[in-house]
Amino acid sequence: MFKAAVIKMIVLGLGETLYMTLLSTALAYLLGLPLGIILVVTEKDGIRPQRFLNRILNFIINVIRSVPFLILLVAVIPITRFIVGKIIGSSATVVPLVIAAAPFIARLVESSLKEVDKGVIEAAQSMGASPLQIITKVMLPEALPSLIVGAAIAVTTILSYSAMAGFVGGGGLGTIAINYGYYRYQNDVMFATVALLVIVVQVLQEIGTWIANLSDKRN
Amino acid sequence: MKNTKPIIRIVGLSKCFTSANGEVSALENINLEIREGEIFGIIGMSGAGKSTLVRCINFLELPTSGTVYFAGRDLAQLSRQELYKVRQSMGMIFQQFNLLMQRTALGNVCFPLEIAGVNKHEARQRAAELLDLVGLTDKADAYPAQLSGGQRQRVAIARALATNPEVLLCDEATSALDPATTRGVLSLLRDINKRLGITIVVITHEMSVIEEICQRVTIIDDGQIAETGTVEEIFSRPKSQAARRLVYPAEQQIEQIIGNRSIRIVFDGSSSFEPIIASMVLEFKHTVNILFADTKNIDGKAFGQMVIQLPETDKIADGMIAYLRGKGLTVEEVEGVV
Ligand SMILES: Nc1ncnc2c1ncn2[C@@H]1O[C@H](COP(=O)(O)OP(=O)(O)OP(=O)(O)O)[C@@H](O)[C@H]1O
Ligand SMILES: [Mg+2]
Repeated sequence: MFKAAVIKMIVLGLGETLYMTLLSTALAYLLGLPLGIILVVTEKDGIRPQRFLNRILNFIINVIRSVPFLILLVAVIPITRFIVGKIIGSSATVVPLVIAAAPFIARLVESSLKEVDKGVIEAAQSMGASPLQIITKVMLPEALPSLIVGAAIAVTTILSYSAMAGFVGGGGLGTIAINYGYYRYQNDVMFATVALLVIVVQVLQEIGTWIANLSDKRN
Repeated sequence: MKNTKPIIRIVGLSKCFTSANGEVSALENINLEIREGEIFGIIGMSGAGKSTLVRCINFLELPTSGTVYFAGRDLAQLSRQELYKVRQSMGMIFQQFNLLMQRTALGNVCFPLEIAGVNKHEARQRAAELLDLVGLTDKADAYPAQLSGGQRQRVAIARALATNPEVLLCDEATSALDPATTRGVLSLLRDINKRLGITIVVITHEMSVIEEICQRVTIIDDGQIAETGTVEEIFSRPKSQAARRLVYPAEQQIEQIIGNRSIRIVFDGSSSFEPIIASMVLEFKHTVNILFADTKNIDGKAFGQMVIQLPETDKIADGMIAYLRGKGLTVEEVEGVV
């Protein structure tokens, strides 16, 4: 059906896509997870209310979240160049992906942690737990199933963003789909890459749901 | 009993909440002493401020004014770290159990030990002993979701006891349980009190819980202490309105309406036998309490006498007396009960 060269290209593209997606997700969690925790801890009924800090963080997160990804992609080019040394290719795409995904992940984490029963936190406080102990021993473990569901949402969203980055030379399956399907009218190649994207999303989502269920002891 | 030394002393404690729709005064000038080794009850209606009070005892809620002394130490003077330490000496259990759902029963009991810095191996050993104490050895590896309400509360009790606290605070610990399970949990608490000498503070809205395990009780009504005393005293001679409401729930309606003025009405045949009391009640839209009545209908005329208790509002009571006199009856105020 496809020539060996095309197949090789698609496989490479898939590798690039997975590399971008997984690396970006990991880095975005490095930022987003603590941010989400801080959002919950510092809110009005949190375990360490800090009104001012909470407001600032909420504002920054909302601002970044409201910028369309493609515009963000272009806007952060100077930062990308500074960090990666170039502005096209999959490594370069990781930078805007992380910047866009971190606030999104912070919100996902925030909502997962807010699901934790206030009573359980109160019980921990009554035992003399410090805020740090409450975060590490109560909030995160109790919210684990929900955090994993959130992670599946995050990784699939980042995957679709990475494909979008293909429009501007972001590398991976997205770039292949654009180059062949849009510029060269080779619809078969485009369909093949899109089908691959669909499969990858399905697999990641299934894995996420599966781990989340495994980790859930509430029923 | 050696019930003399106070282990918890609440002094002039008040708590105000500031919410969107203004200030709520949840507690006003609470003074209490809870003695070492006793089972002390705090009872009151819903919204009376019981939970707020118990949360002030371990400073989960900071009092607006006043303070709490625990074993002679003023909690308000402690640093955060010292407060965390003190809380390890005060176990707490809750109506909704508040177990960690992602940990097994054993893991839950280990939790406060981990917080206190006990090493894992020792913690597991101690946790196993405690599960044994509450009769749940075979459920060590079960998750809370797999346990019944009574079993969950037992795990919560084991957990609260893990750090060898001197006091156990119980906020409506049996309110989510059925009567049989409630009895089981209460007898476990009594047992713990006897065997380990732990002071227990029981918050409840059910008089039966107080009756079952408490030695002394305080009644809290609308954020204030109405009465404090031994359970026998309060049961046999409730002094305050709030106490009477709890001890004699059936009397509630009459208690609220009827004041302490009583009158004797003499029917000497000069008035016709009509439902004069009923008409009066309808006219004034306030009920009266008939304490005594001995009347006869002779030839359509009323003879005999009646003692009734009037509403507490003086204006209405005076109005009723005037109304009866207007009907040609002899009316005199009487003191005390016939
Ligand atoms: N965080 C809060 N913010 C504002 N008001 C509060 C807060 N907590 C309690 N209150 C108010 O304080 C009063 C006492 O509440 P509390 O929960 O102590 O009552 P309770 O006696 O425990 O009632 P229940 O039997 O229903 O548990 C109530 O009027 C309640 O609305
Ligand atoms: Mg309550």
